[in-house]
Amino acid sequence: MIEIRIHGRGGQGNVVAAYILAGAAFNAGRYCQAFPAFGAERRGAPVVAFVRIHDSPIRRRSQVRSPDYLIVQDEHLLHDPTLTAGLKPGGGCLVNSNLSSEDLSEMYGVAMTALPAGQMSMAMMGRAVPNVPLLSAFLTLTELMPLDALKKAMGERFKGTVLEKNILLVDEAAQRVPAGAWKEISLARSA
Amino acid sequence: MLEALEGSMAIAKAVTRCRPEVVAAYPITPQTHIVENISKLVADGQLKTELVSVESEFSAASVVLGAAAAGARAYTASSSQGILLMAEVLFNISGMRIPMVLTCANRAIGAPINIWNDQSDSMAVRDSGWIQIYCADNQEAVDSTIQAYRITERTELPVMVCMDGFVLTHTYEPVDIPDQDLVDSYLPPFEFKRALDPMNPKSLGTMVGPDFFPEIRHSHHQAMVRSMSEIEAADADWQNLTGRQCGGLLSVDGPEDADLGILCIGSAINTLHAAREEHPELRPAKLIKLRCYRPFPAAALCEACRGLKDLVVVERAFSPGLGGIIGTEVRAALAAGDGPMPRIVNYTIGLGGRDIPIELYPQLIESLDSAHDGAFKIFDVELEKLAEEDR
Repeated sequence: MIEIRIHGRGGQGNVVAAYILAGAAFNAGRYCQAFPAFGAERRGAPVVAFVRIHDSPIRRRSQVRSPDYLIVQDEHLLHDPTLTAGLKPGGGCLVNSNLSSEDLSEMYGVAMTALPAGQMSMAMMGRAVPNVPLLSAFLTLTELMPLDALKKAMGERFKGTVLEKNILLVDEAAQRVPAGAWKEISLARSA
Repeated sequence: MLEALEGSMAIAKAVTRCRPEVVAAYPITPQTHIVENISKLVADGQLKTELVSVESEFSAASVVLGAAAAGARAYTASSSQGILLMAEVLFNISGMRIPMVLTCANRAIGAPINIWNDQSDSMAVRDSGWIQIYCADNQEAVDSTIQAYRITERTELPVMVCMDGFVLTHTYEPVDIPDQDLVDSYLPPFEFKRALDPMNPKSLGTMVGPDFFPEIRHSHHQAMVRSMSEIEAADADWQNLTGRQCGGLLSVDGPEDADLGILCIGSAINTLHAAREEHPELRPAKLIKLRCYRPFPAAALCEACRGLKDLVVVERAFSPGLGGIIGTEVRAALAAGDGPMPRIVNYTIGLGGRDIPIELYPQLIESLDSAHDGAFKIFDVELEKLAEEDR
C-alpha cells in the first residue's frame, strides 16, 4: 500500500488534489482512498489530506502518520519540523518552491524535490494553485501510473479552458522533474 | 460498476435512485455535501423531486413529515446540533409511524463546538423510536440507504442511516451505485395506506390520553422488535440482486474458536480489521460489527458472543455519569441470555474526531491484562492534558 500526505493551506486545492490523485489511481485500475483532515475550514489555514493507493480494497481509515510520500503545497509549512517527521525512511518529499531542490533540502535537512508549481500555475492560469503541477511531477517521479490517468481524473472535475490549461500544466511539470527518480521507492512500497 | 466518488456524492446518487418525491434539508457540516450534491442533481435534471429550502432542521424534519404523511417518499439529512434541533419532530415522525429515511452524518455535539466525527448525535435520539442502521463504509451507506426505503415502507417505522461524518462523508473511494432498473425492481413505488387525503379526511397525531397511550407505545415497541426480520430480509434480498450484503443486524468476522470478541459500530470496524491483519501475533479475535442498533438485536448478539471469554465493546459516544451506552446495553442483553457471561470491558474512542490509529488495536488487547469486568474509560484520553483535579 502506498500512503501519501498532502500539506497545504485552505484555498490551494488540497482536498481536490487528494481526490484527483485517488481518481487517477482508480482510473489506472487500483483501489484508492482519499480524505481530508480539516481544521476549521478557511482560506490560508493549514490543511492536510491523505491518499492511499493499493491493489486490493483499503479498510483502514486512520490518518496517514508515516507516509511514503509528502506533497507540500506551501514551502513555509516546512518551518514546522513535525511535518516531515513521519516520512518513511527513503520516502519522497515534493515541495512547491522556487528554490532549487539542493538548496531546499539543505535548508530543511531533508531530501526534497522542488517544483515552482505556484509560479507555473500563475503563468498559465493567472492563479497560484500549485496542485496540478505537483500531482504531475509526483506521478512523473514515481511512475505510479500514466499521466493519462491523471488527465482523465482532472476531466471528471474540470471543464473548458480550466481543464485545457491544467492539462498543459501537467505536460509542463512532467518535463521539469527527473522521470522515474522515485520509481524504486514506489515499487518497493507497492510490493 | 465501480466508480470513485466522495461519500456524500455517493449518498446523493443513492437517494436519487430511490426516487424521493420530496427532499428537505438544512446544511450542516459534515452533512452539507450530501444536500449540495442532491441540489446539483436536481438542477442537472437527474433527480425529479420537490426540493424544499428551509430555514432550520426543525423545518426540514417538519416538511418531510408532512410530505410523507401525504404519501410522498421523503428524504432528509442532518448532523450534530441539527439532529438535536430536529429531535421533537423525530419523535412525532416515529410516533405517527411515518415512513421516511434520514441520513445522519455523525458528528460530535457542542459545547465545546466541534465539527468532527463521533456518534453523540444519533445516540442522543436513540430512544426516539427510529430504526438506526450504522454503516462501515461508503458502499454500505449506499446499499443501506436503498434498503432503508424498503424497510421503512414495509414497517412504517422511520429509518436513520448513520454514517461517520468526514470519515465516510468526505472520503473518496470506489463504490458501486446500482442501476436504476435494479433499484426499481427492489423498491416498488411507495403506497402509504394511511396517507392524508382531502377526499377521505382523517387525522394524524391527535391527542391520545392515558386510556390508550401505553398501548400506542406497546405497538410501536412491538413493531420495532418485529422490524428485525424485515431488516434482515432487506439485506438478504439485496444480496440476491447485487451480490453484496451489509451484515444484516450484526455480523461476525474472525476465527470460529476465538474466545475474544471486539464489538464495534460504524466505520471504525474496518480500521480494527486492518489492524488485526497487521498484528497476527496477537490473541485471535472475532470482530463483531453491530449494524442495527435500534431495534437492538439482543438474540443475535447472544449468539455472536457464545463461547467468548472476553468482550471489548468499542463505541464513539458515551453517557456522562454512566459510561458506555452500547456497552451497557450489550451487558444487559448478555445477562438476559442463557449463555455464560464474558468479561466485558467498554471503551469510548475517537470522540470529537480524534483519529483511530492502527496502533490502538494492540493497546485494546493489552488492556485486557489488567482491566476488570465492567471497566469503562475513554480509551484514547490523554490525561496529562488535564489539570490534576480533573483527571
